[in-house]
Amino acid sequence: MFTWANLVSQMFNGLVLGALLALISSGLTIIYGTLGVLNLAHGAMFMVGGYAGYLVFEGTGSFPLAILGGALFVMILGVAIERLIIRHFYDRPPEDQMLVTFGLAICLVELVRFLFGGLSKSVPPPAWGQGVTQLGFMLYPTYRLAVVGIVALALGALYVVLYRTRLGMIVRAGIEDAVMVDSLGINVFRIFMVVFGIGAMAAGFAGIVNAPVVSLSPDMGEAILVQTFVVVVIGGVGSFPGAILGGLIAGQILSITSMINPGYSYVMLFAAMTLVLLVRPRGLFGPRSRD
Amino acid sequence: MRHPRPLVVEALTALGLILAPYVLPYLGFSPNTVNQILVWGLFGIGFDILFGYTGLLSFGQSALYGTGGFITAYLLTRSGMTSVPLALLIGTIGATLVGLLIGIIALRRTGIYFAMITVAIAEMFFFIENSPMSEWTGGENGLPGVPSPVFELFGLSWKVGTGWSMYGFLAACYFVGIVVALRIVRSPVGAILSAIRDNPLRVAALGHSVALYKLTAFVIASTYAGFAGGLLGVLQGFMPPDAFTFETSGQLVMQTVIGGVGTLFGPLLGAAVWLFLSDFLQQTMGLGATWKLVLGVIFVLLVVFLRHGLIGGFRDLFRLVGYKDLAEVEAEQAPLDVARPAGAPKATPMPARHRERDDFAGPILQASGLTKRYGGLLANSDIEFTVTQGELRGIIGPNGAGKSTFFKMLTCEVPPTSGTITFEGQDITGKGVTDVCQLGLTKSYQVNQLFSRLTVRQNLTIAALADLRGKFRLDLFRNPDSIPGLHERVEHTLDLVDLVARADTIVSALAYGEKRRLEIGLALATSPRLLLLDEPLAGMSPRERVETVSLLKSISRGRTMIVIDHDMDALFELAEWITVLQEGRVLAEGTPDEIKGNAKVREAYLGGVLDE
Repeated sequence: MFTWANLVSQMFNGLVLGALLALISSGLTIIYGTLGVLNLAHGAMFMVGGYAGYLVFEGTGSFPLAILGGALFVMILGVAIERLIIRHFYDRPPEDQMLVTFGLAICLVELVRFLFGGLSKSVPPPAWGQGVTQLGFMLYPTYRLAVVGIVALALGALYVVLYRTRLGMIVRAGIEDAVMVDSLGINVFRIFMVVFGIGAMAAGFAGIVNAPVVSLSPDMGEAILVQTFVVVVIGGVGSFPGAILGGLIAGQILSITSMINPGYSYVMLFAAMTLVLLVRPRGLFGPRSRD
Repeated sequence: MRHPRPLVVEALTALGLILAPYVLPYLGFSPNTVNQILVWGLFGIGFDILFGYTGLLSFGQSALYGTGGFITAYLLTRSGMTSVPLALLIGTIGATLVGLLIGIIALRRTGIYFAMITVAIAEMFFFIENSPMSEWTGGENGLPGVPSPVFELFGLSWKVGTGWSMYGFLAACYFVGIVVALRIVRSPVGAILSAIRDNPLRVAALGHSVALYKLTAFVIASTYAGFAGGLLGVLQGFMPPDAFTFETSGQLVMQTVIGGVGTLFGPLLGAAVWLFLSDFLQQTMGLGATWKLVLGVIFVLLVVFLRHGLIGGFRDLFRLVGYKDLAEVEAEQAPLDVARPAGAPKATPMPARHRERDDFAGPILQASGLTKRYGGLLANSDIEFTVTQGELRGIIGPNGAGKSTFFKMLTCEVPPTSGTITFEGQDITGKGVTDVCQLGLTKSYQVNQLFSRLTVRQNLTIAALADLRGKFRLDLFRNPDSIPGLHERVEHTLDLVDLVARADTIVSALAYGEKRRLEIGLALATSPRLLLLDEPLAGMSPRERVETVSLLKSISRGRTMIVIDHDMDALFELAEWITVLQEGRVLAEGTPDEIKGNAKVREAYLGGVLDE
């Protein structure tokens, strides 16, 4: 049913989803931009973040600790995966890299299913986030509003790391030309490891922040991964601003279409991606030469 | 391409398919499992042509599998169509057309973009099937009641039942599928697809339309996917909606990798392993849903350690115990030092291909006002350059003079910022490198651009095919041996660049000098009328240089050539006319003697120290 109130509330939902997609896609895109690896396990990282946070929450009852624990766990997982497996794939064709991360995604999903069972788990929103907030023109769930704020802070932190620190400068230089960075005497491998950790953490962080909004299930990462792909294709692979804008656009498309007919939300999302591919194949902010 | 034992593979496949019902039950395979393996195997044949042969990794094959399956099932359950083969045919055609459309969109990008786009498209198809189209597809319930085929011929009637009876039907379908696929991969198109996997840029530079051949591979894969999807419904008597899921695409990719990519039979073997493990781990070991975790770990280990899947593993094992392929034996027996003995007769070069306009008498190449700007950097500025028919032109210039950029513009690899290029009176400015090569202008590269996983002979075949077959041709079932002139062209070029003894060696195993000669050979095999050579002597030993100079001299007869090199002595010996570039401009032009004595040239090279 179309009403203006409906539209506004769906646009808020779209903003929540878009913010999350922006954060997850930033992780995917900086990993690809720096390491040249498309991480098909990125959706699984999102899911693992949710479950790790769930465990911490069950243990401590503290939501902030759950966020911290979930994000840190996924970062450590990312670093471990990079050191143990991904590192051996930098010299191999991109197809091999996709295959191995695809396999890792299956391992993670099935491991979580083995440990937690197939039934969904839920994390309640923290006390301050329960209930609804009166926005003046409508009521909106408080926690969802908070998600936008939390994600915006995380994106801000990511921005500071990428654009205001020495590490970020090296990472951005690495996106331009990793060989050159290497030959300047910077240990590219260590940078790669850190970037993979940060990228994974972005997904894991989104996973636990999102947990009170939707319940957790082992397969939840798959849909997110697909949406993330569309976001980075729209925004331009390797571009941090592109991931943010692409995420926000995708969030709006998905939720506004859902209001009219949920069955078409993916169709519209895909149509947007096709349009971008036809008009501007490198994406909104994609580097000109990379393919 | 040589096929010393024709139809052996086909015969062995037929034998295997006939024997399977008598052997597999003893290994614990139920007829239904075997039938599923066949459907996956058939699905995988197309995917292997796309991924294993062409190098395009798609995670979206489920879209086409589901499309073919649901069209077939819809026709048989809702439209009143009774002929199963006809419904299968229509379903397959439907999937092929959808594949054409998806391919046009997805193939706008390569590598990871292609993979991501295919994933997104497949997911969209799943949602379309599930919701907007659910009136036709049954939504989450799928389409039950798909009938089995009945064949009537000369009064005999065969109603396909379940179990081994269904096996007979599916095995026949699989056999047709594999025979067709074997023809395709042995055809000129198959050869070009393998070359695209190795080095798409060079395939394009040799005059093949890479975009259209990739699309061909994608459409072939769609056809197989649609056919297999239709058979899935027929096999199960029910078309399940999960044919459309990402999991289906993922399972196909994993099965193909487990079995071995680029083998056509890999997907079948992979499916057998998958379904066997699924049964074994779930039932016998009692692992339940955890079996997929075991499978995931196995898959990761396989990708890390066994790069060519099980079939590749078996092959390596055979090699370990001393078995060798025929080609390898021949290659090893060939003398390692392949340089031609002094005074041995050298093949005379093939003439350049005929011109379309024999009456054209003007300069073969003319560039005027040619300028290339990269951002703030002016690589080439206002170059005027004319080459007459039959000339051998040398281009020299210090590092950074813009020589390579100049060559790239002449072959239309990069478009000029301004200026025009005319080849035999025809304006080629802004044309693609593929079209220009088809016109008869090509280049050998400064850094080798070869097809490293193919043999020397296969490399030259790819190059020769471009001239003999044109930019794009769909001769999917043609035997390359039947192309007139191909064999002669390849053998002749082999002889010319002195690689006869190495003809069946994989390129990655060649020595550097041999690769350099093959690089020139690739350009030569397209029989260009104008041949550009970008530093043909780079990195060669003094002896190789002498040989290569004499090779260049011999191929320049009846052909126009432009050579860039740093070896000025060699170039002064070769060329009749020299152009000197400096800082993106023409500094001087003249005969070698004039250039040697030119004060400006000496200054450019030696900084004026000889200006006493």
